[in-house]
Amino acid sequence: MKDTVTQSPVLELSGVSKTYRVKQGLFGAVKPLTAVNDVSLQLGRGEVLGLVGESGCGKSTLAKILLGLEKPTAGQVLVDGEDISAQGRLALARRIQPIFQDPYSSLNPRKSIYDVISLPLRVHGIGDEDDRKRKVREMLDVVGLPARVMNTYPSQMSGGQRQRVAIARALIMKPEVVICDEPTSALDVSVQSQILNLLGDLRREFGLTYLFISHDLAVVEHLATRVAVMYLGRIVEENTVAGLFDAPRHPYTQALLKSVLTPEPGMGVPDTQLGMAYPNPIAPPPGCHFHPRCPRATEFCKTDAPRQVELPAGHVACHLHDPKTPMYEQG
Amino acid sequence: MADVTSHDRLLDEITGPTPGQMLRKRVFGHQGLLIGLAVVVLLTLVAIFAPLLAPHDPYAQSLMTRMEPPVFMGGTWEHPLGTDHLGRDYLSRLIYGARVSLLIGAVAALISGLIGTAMGVAAGYFGGKVDAVVTFLINVRLAMPVVLVALAVVAILGGSLEVVIVVLGLLLWDRFAVVMRASTMQVRRREYVAAAQVIGASTPRILLSEIMPNIANNLIVVVTLEMAHAILLEAALSFLGLGVQPPTPSWGLMVSEGKNMMLFEPWLVLIPGAVLFVLVLAINLMGDGLRDVTAPENRS
Ligand SMILES: Nc1ncnc2c1ncn2[C@@H]1O[C@H](COP(=O)(O)OP(=O)(O)OP(=O)(O)O)[C@@H](O)[C@H]1O
Ligand SMILES: [Mg+2]
Repeated sequence: MKDTVTQSPVLELSGVSKTYRVKQGLFGAVKPLTAVNDVSLQLGRGEVLGLVGESGCGKSTLAKILLGLEKPTAGQVLVDGEDISAQGRLALARRIQPIFQDPYSSLNPRKSIYDVISLPLRVHGIGDEDDRKRKVREMLDVVGLPARVMNTYPSQMSGGQRQRVAIARALIMKPEVVICDEPTSALDVSVQSQILNLLGDLRREFGLTYLFISHDLAVVEHLATRVAVMYLGRIVEENTVAGLFDAPRHPYTQALLKSVLTPEPGMGVPDTQLGMAYPNPIAPPPGCHFHPRCPRATEFCKTDAPRQVELPAGHVACHLHDPKTPMYEQG
Repeated sequence: MADVTSHDRLLDEITGPTPGQMLRKRVFGHQGLLIGLAVVVLLTLVAIFAPLLAPHDPYAQSLMTRMEPPVFMGGTWEHPLGTDHLGRDYLSRLIYGARVSLLIGAVAALISGLIGTAMGVAAGYFGGKVDAVVTFLINVRLAMPVVLVALAVVAILGGSLEVVIVVLGLLLWDRFAVVMRASTMQVRRREYVAAAQVIGASTPRILLSEIMPNIANNLIVVVTLEMAHAILLEAALSFLGLGVQPPTPSWGLMVSEGKNMMLFEPWLVLIPGAVLFVLVLAINLMGDGLRDVTAPENRS
């Protein structure tokens, strides 16, 4: 796979934040919960950016912002250099499409497979009934399903088959960017690799750009060209796949990588062996958010938030790699 | 991984039954539903074809044949269920009474269903302020005693078929709102709704074609409950003299008119009471059955 970023990014996030206001209890105070915190990312055409992090770190929230389902409280999302809030809903739909995690929830059980896949065409008023039938048939072929499933219902299909239907629906408008939010984590292990292979093939065939969200680094390694590691709403490290897997810089990335090597990867949330539970996002720890679980944390980390340090092909937010801190270490 | 290429045709067959086939199978395996449905359909047909079925004019009085007993109590086949205190044929009045009960049940449930569903779906889908307003209205409505309010309104406006229908229609929407709100909130979180939003589908389209089909089963169950509810309330209002007015044949009114003679001619009360009981029971059986039959669809 190529690691090169072509000229202008297809998808660009600059300083994107999302703060929810959550109320605790009936009379509790309304507290801000920053699900996504100052995230900046760039995706070049044809790239696959893997976004990795534990449950609750804000991956799905970020995906919803990109899809226009949530408005960011700060920052900008550009598609082809154009702000998505300035683009119409329909124009955006032709550029970005999602593949969701749970194929049991992402297909309307009352609709036939033809109705599900042709919905984008009907909403956008593309073609007549015959055109749509033909397009759906082609798309089914592309995702490896026989044409006769058109008249069946989601309840008659297996998880893997349903996910293929969801992929067909996402691709029928020929989008440029596909946001895959854990597209395999609800599937059997045996089916996961089929879907991953299919996604890889489709990327090559249609020149797609993926944001591929997962809590599992092993899955990401298989498909991604770049990886961003997210912790408590922030990107703590971003690098090429080779760079990140060969030389993980951030202690959190290192812990995630170690968990990939445990006997049964790919099932559920990896055991990071970081001991302490994931912190409450309503009251994030001061300083570096990761310090309570970091094996190498010092007093300095408890008070000062790390800067973003540029790496040859990425960046990391950790005092250990920042030459301006007392903790800086070479290499 | 390499041995499985993604373009391989999936070999495992897709042979499961369609949702329609599964539904049909469950419907025909559910006795309560079938019995309830049969009785409701039968009584509906009776109501529709009342002029053809009734042996006499339900309004025709005859002082010569007052209070004749039904055949099973020594009466004649001329008046199979006897006659009332004005000599009107009881069977004919019963048959025409089915019209009143079913009409009130159906139209009141339709009106309250439209109001309650609109409110509940809006609250469940939009949340936030809309939900706060709807929840407040539901609570206000729940704090009102239906029977007392209906009595008061009918007492002021005067009883008639139309007034009873409108009053009940405007009062019985609370359960629709509560159930539709909860179901909509549930369905709204499903990813197919998000998928439709991302595609750019309009809100009415999402509500009608993504949300409604998935909450319709709950709606049907509430419709049956509220139909039965409205029919009973009409009978109660008519019994108290504040509902449908004489000489219209209403089952509640028939019970009321017969109650003075209850000790001597108990069938005057028992017959309309029993028919009312059977209709309400059948509607409830149908509702329970529909719930049983349609609920497992989403989980399969
Ligand atoms: N609508 C909302 N209102 C309030 N808080 C929310 C809302 N949506 C998400 N959150 C919170 O934002 C945080 C990030 O949630 P998000 O779903 O983005 O995590 P995630 O990384 O996708 O997790 P998972 O791997 O479990 O899918 C969580 O703490 C969650 O509780
Ligand atoms: Mg998620």
